[in-house]
Amino acid sequence: MTDATFSGDAPKASGLLEADARTRRRNASERRFRMYGLAAIGAGMFFLVVLLTAIVSNGIGAFQQTFIEVPVYLDPAKLDKNGGRDPAQLAKVSTFGYTPLIQTGLYQQVRDAGIETGYEDARDMKALISASAAAQVRDFAIANPDRIGDTVTFRILASSRVDGYLKGRVSRDSIAQDKNIDAGHLELVDALREDGALRKRFNWDFILGADASESRAEQAGLGVSMLGSLFMMLVVLFLALPIGVATSIYLEEFAPTNWMTDFIEVNISNLAAVPSIVFGILGLAVFIQFIHLPQSAPIVGGLTLTLMTLPTIVISTRAALKAVPPSIRDAALGVGASKMQSVFHHVLPLAMPGILTGTIIGLAQALGETAPLLLIGMVGYIATNYPDGVISGFLSPNSAMPAQIYEWAKRADPAYYERAWGGIIVLLVFLLIMNVIAVILRRKFERRW
Amino acid sequence: MPVTWLVFIVLALALAGFVAGRVRIDSAAGAGRPHSLPNYYGWNIAIKVMVPAFLVLICWLIVQPFVVNGAVTARLGDNAVPDGSTIGLVMSDVRRVAEGLDAAVSQGLMGADQASDLRTEFTNVRDRLAEAGVALGSNVTPQVLGAAQTWRALNANGMLLMSVAVTALALAGLVWGYVQTTPDFRARNTVENALRIMLLAAASLAILTTIGIVFSLIGNTIKFFSLYPASEFFGSFTWSPSFGGGSELGIWPLLWGTLYISVIALTVAVPIGLFAAVYLSEYAGPRMRAWAKPMLEVLAGIPTIVYGLFALLTVGPLLLSVFGRDGLGWMQAGTAVMTAGLVMGIMLIPFVSSLSDDIINAVPQSLRDGSYGLGATKSETIKQVILPAALPGIVGAILLAASRAIGETMIVVLGAGAAARLSLNPFDAMTTVTAKIVSQLTGDADFASPEALVAFALGMTLFVMTLGLNVFALYIVRKYREQYE
Amino acid sequence: MYDAPLRKTDVEAQTTKIAARDVQVYYGDTHAIKDVSVDLLDKTVTSFIGPSGCGKSTFLRCLNRMNDTIDICRVEGLISLDGQDIYEKRVDPVQLRAKVGMVFQKPNPFPKSIYDNVAYGPKIHGMARNKAELDEIVEKALRRGAIWDEVKDRLDAPGTGLSGGQQQRLCIARAVATEPEVLLMDEPCSALDPIATAQVEELIDELREQYSVVIVTHSMQQAARVSQKTAFFHLGNLVEYGETSQIFTNPTDPRTESYITGRIG
Ligand SMILES: Nc1ncnc2c1ncn2[C@@H]1O[C@H](COP(=O)(O)OP(=O)(O)OP(=O)(O)O)[C@@H](O)[C@H]1O
Ligand SMILES: [Mg+2]
Repeated sequence: MTDATFSGDAPKASGLLEADARTRRRNASERRFRMYGLAAIGAGMFFLVVLLTAIVSNGIGAFQQTFIEVPVYLDPAKLDKNGGRDPAQLAKVSTFGYTPLIQTGLYQQVRDAGIETGYEDARDMKALISASAAAQVRDFAIANPDRIGDTVTFRILASSRVDGYLKGRVSRDSIAQDKNIDAGHLELVDALREDGALRKRFNWDFILGADASESRAEQAGLGVSMLGSLFMMLVVLFLALPIGVATSIYLEEFAPTNWMTDFIEVNISNLAAVPSIVFGILGLAVFIQFIHLPQSAPIVGGLTLTLMTLPTIVISTRAALKAVPPSIRDAALGVGASKMQSVFHHVLPLAMPGILTGTIIGLAQALGETAPLLLIGMVGYIATNYPDGVISGFLSPNSAMPAQIYEWAKRADPAYYERAWGGIIVLLVFLLIMNVIAVILRRKFERRW
Repeated sequence: MPVTWLVFIVLALALAGFVAGRVRIDSAAGAGRPHSLPNYYGWNIAIKVMVPAFLVLICWLIVQPFVVNGAVTARLGDNAVPDGSTIGLVMSDVRRVAEGLDAAVSQGLMGADQASDLRTEFTNVRDRLAEAGVALGSNVTPQVLGAAQTWRALNANGMLLMSVAVTALALAGLVWGYVQTTPDFRARNTVENALRIMLLAAASLAILTTIGIVFSLIGNTIKFFSLYPASEFFGSFTWSPSFGGGSELGIWPLLWGTLYISVIALTVAVPIGLFAAVYLSEYAGPRMRAWAKPMLEVLAGIPTIVYGLFALLTVGPLLLSVFGRDGLGWMQAGTAVMTAGLVMGIMLIPFVSSLSDDIINAVPQSLRDGSYGLGATKSETIKQVILPAALPGIVGAILLAASRAIGETMIVVLGAGAAARLSLNPFDAMTTVTAKIVSQLTGDADFASPEALVAFALGMTLFVMTLGLNVFALYIVRKYREQYE
Repeated sequence: MYDAPLRKTDVEAQTTKIAARDVQVYYGDTHAIKDVSVDLLDKTVTSFIGPSGCGKSTFLRCLNRMNDTIDICRVEGLISLDGQDIYEKRVDPVQLRAKVGMVFQKPNPFPKSIYDNVAYGPKIHGMARNKAELDEIVEKALRRGAIWDEVKDRLDAPGTGLSGGQQQRLCIARAVATEPEVLLMDEPCSALDPIATAQVEELIDELREQYSVVIVTHSMQQAARVSQKTAFFHLGNLVEYGETSQIFTNPTDPRTESYITGRIG
């Protein structure tokens, strides 16, 4: 063998400044590779932006709703034939008794404003008014019997078609086949809008109200299902936090190295990856079929989500406990504290911020979870009434925010799509708040030993 | 609510015990310093009051319905079961009537005696119960009413017995703890031992959960296979459930949809996630990392229902406008394998990227230095040194992502369509295992029918698949990490 | 060539290979290298000595811009290779590192086969036109690394499966396979036993015939054995630079003297 290949005397082909062809090629491939990476990040950001844009642009409208101000003459002849103003008697008149009054009120208003319409009959204008208006007026009349005989101006919901027209979802072309509304109504809407009687306003009932039937999209709200979510989160918090912390303390501080400990560890890491729908099956089979807890109840949802969230909380709690340096434990043991005392007096308080952060993140995850809830019957259409107390809040059928959103997304009326997007905004705001709290906690208590 | 009251009684006894223990040890202080701090003596009593009492309470509440059920079933006998019905159906009638009677009593429509003396011969029970808001499907037979009344009586007795037993246990615990309370008693050790056992019990809940999952799946799966042949389930290529009977419940179309969607999702997520991770860990400066990483992780924090809606209402229509009838004509409706796959891919990007990021960061810096020291460019180092070294870990990460994709529910429920079909066209609607679990178990399905029970067999399949993937992936990742530790 | 006598080259006759002028290095706010100016000669072994943390590795890594891979690291001053400023904008650090190779303190074989470890550099630099040429390069490099005989039967075995000393020699072989002009070695023997150390030292001396070698070492004996020039660093300063024999027998600076006699460091 010769030394020729390795001869240092053989002059190198290139200096440092002028790149040879091969180096140029390599550098080009370097730049290309870098571009791929940037493109991947760009793609991720792009998807995020598209997603958020879609949510905000589609959902922001749900917070506004079209209302019409209608003076309604609460006709005693129709509502209180006996004249006693007795609420029990008033309650005998159903919403059907009120509908004509509202329609007449609107008709009068239109005529008084001098708006030209082709409608001869008050009933022809019912397409503008939400079916919920009658109940609203009726509730008012029963609550204020002395106002019967007066003309009261109500701010009533416009029908979802009218609302859609104001929001650009409904146009003259799109209603060509629609039995519920025709072009004349839209003319009337324009006129009323000019007149000021009809306009969009912020709609608290979307955030606080209850779900409504398929045909009354304008009335549906998120409030009751929000309460369902709240009760579930309470269950999760009060079960998952103590159990998760106890599990972590045991595994991190006390567990002997034996097969039992290993088995627990394996179980936890696998449970963390079990699909959420399987937890739904578990909830259905164990809590409803076996223990006979009431179906659709937040307590069942809460228990199911607790089992689902536990691994998350255990994993972050253990990380927090691990981060407490052994010297602290030694110091406590050194002054004669028992192992249990050293853990509960020193280690646990120091690990608390980390534990809370992990718990909040686990809760956020549980709050957005939908699939298991569908299996245990917490579907959207159930959430039409507020629970009438704390116990019934846990035990009576309810829905949850994500399940309500799912329900809306499945309904045929496109007016519900807007509400689904709007519901997502509310859900994401909650998640954002929780995550911000978690970040703040972490920042504030972050400790470096 | 007798149970609530019972809980309060036990808690009150525990509090009393705590105070009594403290007082006793304080007053005994003259006899020398007690072994432990006073609070431990209090806790010792409180634990002895609460733990046995609550344990018995919970077990009783779970066991009693079974005992009552069994007793009433036995008393009903076979002759009470009309033709074409089953004992199970009769028993559910019995339960309903019993609940109705309870409701009627609690609303004051009936006296307690009246309810237990009610006779079908003299009263129309169905109407009376309807007043209480309990609607019954058919008229109540004397046997059913009798059984319902037995049911109520047994339950009432059980509740009474339980209250007595629980209160007695709590009192016994109180006395026991109180007698123990002497200065020599090692209260701290006792309390700490009890605490340790409670910690262990909490940790064992993970095992219980797994057992619960396995049993609820296996039990119902066996029930399903007794109604529907397993060979059909695993052998048939048709999925057409009909609750009227005559369903074909072959799993293959569902598995195919699941795998197809997962593959599309991974083809989107793996390259993007991996390249993003590589860029972030090898190229990006600290400032870019500081904002790009959390931004990507936002995608991971968004609930899947949001992605589902995004698929249904944004991506589906978008794809339809390109590939649908107005465009290329490959797509019939917005819900399709492609729609769900793309959106699921987006959801998995941060999952892949953060796992890969961890794994790439675990490759020791010395390997990078070695490569740079030889004059390799960054991309050469990444492609030829870092990625090969990280390969096992990355494979593990991809398997974990695959398991996520297989188990994902909301995106496919909303985005993939409902038709079970074996097709190669990614623009066709197909359905998945998870989507069918949801559709078979929601609504008013009869849980005894094969059409509902099949969901448990599907769940079992899903569980086995994801568990297998996870165990394998975690094993690979662990091996990989050990290599560099 | 294996029986080449030690130190036959006359140091004075050598030309400057790397010149550094007023080099400052900062890690964030830490000033790790202060005002270092030095001329490193061609075909010479130069050793850097000094107490731990004085900046030897830092300065060494400046010479082939390995510090570029550390985000917070900032280099000021002038360092030139054959008269060419290596920190100039147009200089490609990749090309630079092909000329200025590096061997690290801890052996860091890639998790690939022994063959692929050595072939990696030649491949990326396109030094071989075909497999046969590559085989030849690999064999020569492994021979230079004094490890050929131990691994020639298991070139496909993973490099990570070798012993620490073998791994380090593999890394040296890997570095020489790319035919660098300068070889930087950061404590190459710290993980080796005396026999392997002796082998590596012998190897360094052979390498000197073709390359300029810079070696960081904590062993004064090693510095004395293998190097012709020695630089003594202290707290980021280059305290003294000169003939090895002079530094060890007759240091001018009191700090050098106390370090060599074991009073600081
Ligand atoms: N990556 C880094 N980031 C921040 N500071 C660093 C970094 N690397 C080195 N330093 C600091 O720069 C100074 C010089 O370090 P260097 O590694 O060059 O010392 P050394 O002489 O090689 O020591 P040793 O003999 O122990 O290897 C030290 O104070 C060290 O803390
Ligand atoms: Mg060093």
